[in-house]
Amino acid sequence: MPSMKMILAAVALTALGACSQDGLFDGAGAGVGQGADAAAGDPTSIGYFQSSVGDRVLFLVDQASLTPEGQTVLAGQAAWLAQNPGYTAIIEGHADEQGTREYNLALGARRATAARDYLVSRGVASERLRTVTFGKERPIEICSEEACYAKNRRAVTILQAAGGV
Amino acid sequence: MRVYRILLTFLAVTLSAVSAQAQSQGPLRIEITQGVIEPLPVAVPDFVAESPEAAQFAKDIADVVRSDLVNSGLFRAISKDAFIGQITAFNSPVQFSDWKAINAQALVTGAVSIASDGRLVVKFRLFDVFSEAPLGQGLQFAATQATWRRMGHKVADAVYTRVTGETGYFDSRVVYVSESGPKNNRAKRLAIMDYDGANVQFLTDSSAIVLAPRFSPTGDRVLYTSYSTGFPQVYVLDVARVTQTPLGNAENEMTFAPRFGPDGQTVVYSSSVGGNTDVFRRTIGGAPQRLTTAPSIETAPSFSPDGSQIVFESDRSGAQQIYVMGASGGEPVRISRGEGRYGTPVWSPRGDLIAFTKQHAGRFHIGVMRTDGSEERLLTSSFLDEGPSWSPNGRVIMFTRETAGASGEASLYSVDITGRNLRRVPTPGAASDPAWSPLLR
Repeated sequence: MPSMKMILAAVALTALGACSQDGLFDGAGAGVGQGADAAAGDPTSIGYFQSSVGDRVLFLVDQASLTPEGQTVLAGQAAWLAQNPGYTAIIEGHADEQGTREYNLALGARRATAARDYLVSRGVASERLRTVTFGKERPIEICSEEACYAKNRRAVTILQAAGGV
Repeated sequence: MRVYRILLTFLAVTLSAVSAQAQSQGPLRIEITQGVIEPLPVAVPDFVAESPEAAQFAKDIADVVRSDLVNSGLFRAISKDAFIGQITAFNSPVQFSDWKAINAQALVTGAVSIASDGRLVVKFRLFDVFSEAPLGQGLQFAATQATWRRMGHKVADAVYTRVTGETGYFDSRVVYVSESGPKNNRAKRLAIMDYDGANVQFLTDSSAIVLAPRFSPTGDRVLYTSYSTGFPQVYVLDVARVTQTPLGNAENEMTFAPRFGPDGQTVVYSSSVGGNTDVFRRTIGGAPQRLTTAPSIETAPSFSPDGSQIVFESDRSGAQQIYVMGASGGEPVRISRGEGRYGTPVWSPRGDLIAFTKQHAGRFHIGVMRTDGSEERLLTSSFLDEGPSWSPNGRVIMFTRETAGASGEASLYSVDITGRNLRRVPTPGAASDPAWSPLLR
């Protein structure tokens, strides 16, 4: 079981380089994401944050507790945010499709808050962070198997340039 | 765009019965709760057109009546090809032997004419074939031509009521979420249609995710959740004007799972603050009142029809279960006791049952239980069934069924409270989160 989680985390990290950010606000998110890929080598870029720091943490079924792997990723996010004060973040909480719509919204809120609280405990100013839940409305993987569900149970840190559009 | 409150007036006039015998003594009666083994054979000949312009209406309205009765699962329509007799004049005596010969137990006759002011006039009678007598009195409706389908539904509702002793549900509408696009980027918009899938109209565009619309007790407004600010928040939509107003959400507040109370002013919903979801109530424009305070998830609240209690789901025991509390909060009582997880409880408009979604052993079910949690009955089973909504008479439940896999898609289904008559409700595309309106006036 722990080894599977490690593999999943590794897959997530490598896959992210090719992904654009999950779009929260269609216009702004897409714009930031495009610039990010080109500048992924720049350690202050969103692309670097996504591919090298890791923009998401995964959760066990029906859980909102952070895994040790998740805590490691979030510690890296907190360090990055400390060095890049020009960004704020929205943390999206997501659930897999195995649950009712309302419960999954509540579960996604719990997951986003768990990630947020960890970042705050690592020194990120709470004013820089907001949370939103998408419940099961925005899976990234679409199969109905655990391999997909595992990637959909996530909290994703979406960066925004502070004072930006 | 006037979608819902179409300007119409229904004028119902009682016609004098053909026979002096106003009430049948016969066995033409369906007890809905006792299980129908065999649907009642009914003959619905095309209605008589009393002028050439009424011909299409006469045929189409009879089609609606037939379809409604068959949809209920309680009736079987005898094919027109089998008919021996013809109904050519509404007031001519019925040749019952013609209908007995094809084993029709009920016969619906009707006529359509167009009044001098252009309104459609529909008359109908229901007969108990074996006792050779009318069941109830003849009725006449008049309304605009545009509402011809509603007139068919009204005839069918009257037939249903006379045979079952229950209020009908055919003259009603359903608001739902119309879905399109791939599973990882679904576009969702609100749509409204007749209960049988006819007359679909869209109420919102698909620029923001919308979820779980719910009718007001009079059907004039719809509560729903929209991501138009980037956060899930509750809105009120005026159905006739198609205008949307925020319920009164604070900035960045996440609110969802709204439902009206029976007064049409009070709203219960859930709000997530600091990762903790609780049940709140407020009047539209009023201040929120928090009804639950546990650190667990409390959501999906639904008022009892008398407004005195609220049923909701909570995972305070470690998994989702159903609880009932007073309408102003207080200590909730857990009512779900079986294995598995229980969510999305909805109080029946009759007050006698609570419908819910159950997850157990990797399957989803729609079920009903009494309001004390007893007599649990699962009505459906699939990869993913959820979100029950009651028909206006509390005898049928509509819900979302989603299929598995990358090409999985949601559609609407209905089932009666005995678990029979599972049907897919036709929609132009994928559809979820149905909410049934009250019976129209």
